[in-house]
Amino acid sequence: MATLIIDRQEVHAEEGQTILEVAKENGIEIPTLCYHPLLEPYGACRLCVVEIVAGGRLGLQTACTYPIEEGLEVLTRSPSVIEARKVVLGLLLSRTPNVELIQDLAREYGITEPPFPTDTPDERCILCGHCVRTCHELVKAYVLNFSERGIERRVGPPFLEKTRDCIGCGACTIMCPTGAIETVLEKEAVYKAKPLGPTSAIWVPSMQAIPNVPVIDTDVCIRFRQNDRTEGEIVDACGACQMVCEADAINFDQQDEILELDVGTVIVATGFEMWDPAQLSQYSYGKSPNIITGLEFERLSNAGGITAGEILTAEEKKPEAVAIIHCVGSRDHNAHEYCSRFCCMYSLKQAHLVRDKTDAQVYEFYMDMRTFGSGYEEFYERVQKEEGILMVRGRGAEVSVLEPQNGQKYGKLRVKGEDADLGRPVRVDVDMVVLSSAIEAPHDADEIASMFGLSRKPDGFFAEAHPKMRPVETNTDGVFLAGVTQGPKDVPDTVAHAGAAASMALALMDKGEVTISPQTAVVDEILCAGCKTCISLCPYTAISFIEEIDEKGVARVNEALCKGCGTCAAACPSGAITARHFTDQQILAQIEGLFRVPA
Amino acid sequence: MSNNGFEPRIVAFMCNWCTYAAADTAGVSRMQQPPNVDVVRVMCTGRVDPAFILKTLALGADGVLVSGCHPGQCHYEKGNLNARRRVTALKPFLDAVGIGQDRLRLEWIAASEAPKVAEVVAEFTETIKRLGPSPFRRRQDED
Repeated sequence: MATLIIDRQEVHAEEGQTILEVAKENGIEIPTLCYHPLLEPYGACRLCVVEIVAGGRLGLQTACTYPIEEGLEVLTRSPSVIEARKVVLGLLLSRTPNVELIQDLAREYGITEPPFPTDTPDERCILCGHCVRTCHELVKAYVLNFSERGIERRVGPPFLEKTRDCIGCGACTIMCPTGAIETVLEKEAVYKAKPLGPTSAIWVPSMQAIPNVPVIDTDVCIRFRQNDRTEGEIVDACGACQMVCEADAINFDQQDEILELDVGTVIVATGFEMWDPAQLSQYSYGKSPNIITGLEFERLSNAGGITAGEILTAEEKKPEAVAIIHCVGSRDHNAHEYCSRFCCMYSLKQAHLVRDKTDAQVYEFYMDMRTFGSGYEEFYERVQKEEGILMVRGRGAEVSVLEPQNGQKYGKLRVKGEDADLGRPVRVDVDMVVLSSAIEAPHDADEIASMFGLSRKPDGFFAEAHPKMRPVETNTDGVFLAGVTQGPKDVPDTVAHAGAAASMALALMDKGEVTISPQTAVVDEILCAGCKTCISLCPYTAISFIEEIDEKGVARVNEALCKGCGTCAAACPSGAITARHFTDQQILAQIEGLFRVPA
Repeated sequence: MSNNGFEPRIVAFMCNWCTYAAADTAGVSRMQQPPNVDVVRVMCTGRVDPAFILKTLALGADGVLVSGCHPGQCHYEKGNLNARRRVTALKPFLDAVGIGQDRLRLEWIAASEAPKVAEVVAEFTETIKRLGPSPFRRRQDED
């Protein structure tokens, strides 16, 4: 702890801090261009000069590089400081006359015109070295550097030529205070260009989730990319997030873990995937950024999304007309034949949100309005009568992208369909189209099915034990289904279904014992020859060999393990195994019975 | 009717968990299929002792269908694979005794594949019609 005086004010500071840092902490403003909290101090811009009047090296010193000392006395706005800054700003303004940041600073110090002749009106670089230090200290790509000296000094890669060492991370562009560096990607895009997708390498995947924590996309993060690119040679690149995180919560060493747990019951709640509407080309999904899916609209209208909840088109304007098309990929023989069930309600909600947040006219193209739940029909009435949403009964047939007109970046969208109530075709031009696309079983549902012995229904979702009487159980004991994994459901239905699955699982666990089927195999130990054929066949290792019985030894079935498949009974060469309830006699009697009746 | 009005008698051994359920659905959905198949339900095709198949053919069946879950989806892990092995082993024997291996058929039909039940039943009935009555049945008829 040291005590010093800045502008006649006594302040306390930690050893090792610089004058600039201490001043900032105490609300004393010192202008600077080259200082950045994530980078090593550099002292390039000379704008942070202060005057030291006692206790150190007397005279003008740069505050960003001067470590504090006990008893230091500093003036930040003395006449000689102001005079020095004026000279610095005059030189900077002459170098970069059209950079607003410099113009503003110069104006603060009473300079309105460049005091020296300027022959580089387009120059934006102020040589602060943010980019160079970022490239060296953070990215560790060592691509950017200063070259030449004096007025020739400039920033660039070696010999100002393209280099393969540049990883295209864009960090220099982000760090540049004057917008002098542009990142142009030639090949591999750093961010997957997805509309409404994450905009940086560290992001919160779902707002309002618990725990509400950000994740690092290791494909994009500079630290992980540098590690991968150099095969582990550079392991400590960037780490800017770690430097600024006050909670010390960022840990780059976290790995995916595979946990092996012994459990008695399993609830399968693997949910669904969005069906990709690009598969039906008439909807033109992907041909214009203003054609989005319902899920993308959710991201757009979410307060935590990229527009902070404002509903804007890709041109960042409020739309004047929006079309919402129902049943895209649902109830369609060319895609999924089933109804995805919750799209009608979210489409109405989204129409309501558009009306609430903009003045846009909303057209809903629907086949049937399935507002089945409690309070749903009332909401449907309300959006029609009170909010004036136009309902067009008939599936939206086609979306086409029109040519951009007078300075538009993207063309308007034309939606064609048929109004079955009017009995004639309709056509509307809108600024945004929301496709209420279908949901489908996850692409790896087959793997889950064979893992738990589940079967899948024709629609691809997992089959319940009985469609009416046992909607959460499966044919595998102890495995239950919750939610959309069993078939499309809206939120209230999913909550109810999941609650039922949880209570079924709890009931099974609470009982502490399981009821097993009486269909088990039993060995007649007198007939058993001890050949052990059955033992290798049993999938449940329910049959063991008992040596002590007779001289031969016999097979014995553990009835708690036996599931009664009967494979052992079919294989037993001595006919010593009886599959209870499916005995040889019973089955043979059935076969004989069939032939007792003449055909 | 083709083949002098010959209506084959076919016995199908169906797995409780898949084909039997699919056949149930096919029936409830009123899918059209020939009435020539009689069903014997077993818990698993692994329960089907080759002796059952031989007994069925000996009693005069013109065809036997064994149908269970797709490989990897057996309710009992691998009973259907045992069935496949047994059926494969039995086929040359059927050729040897003059019945012909085409009268025995193994199919994988999942619970969700009700239309496949109707298809397989129709197709197999057609095959057996083409093959004509089983030699055992002809002998029984002559007796």
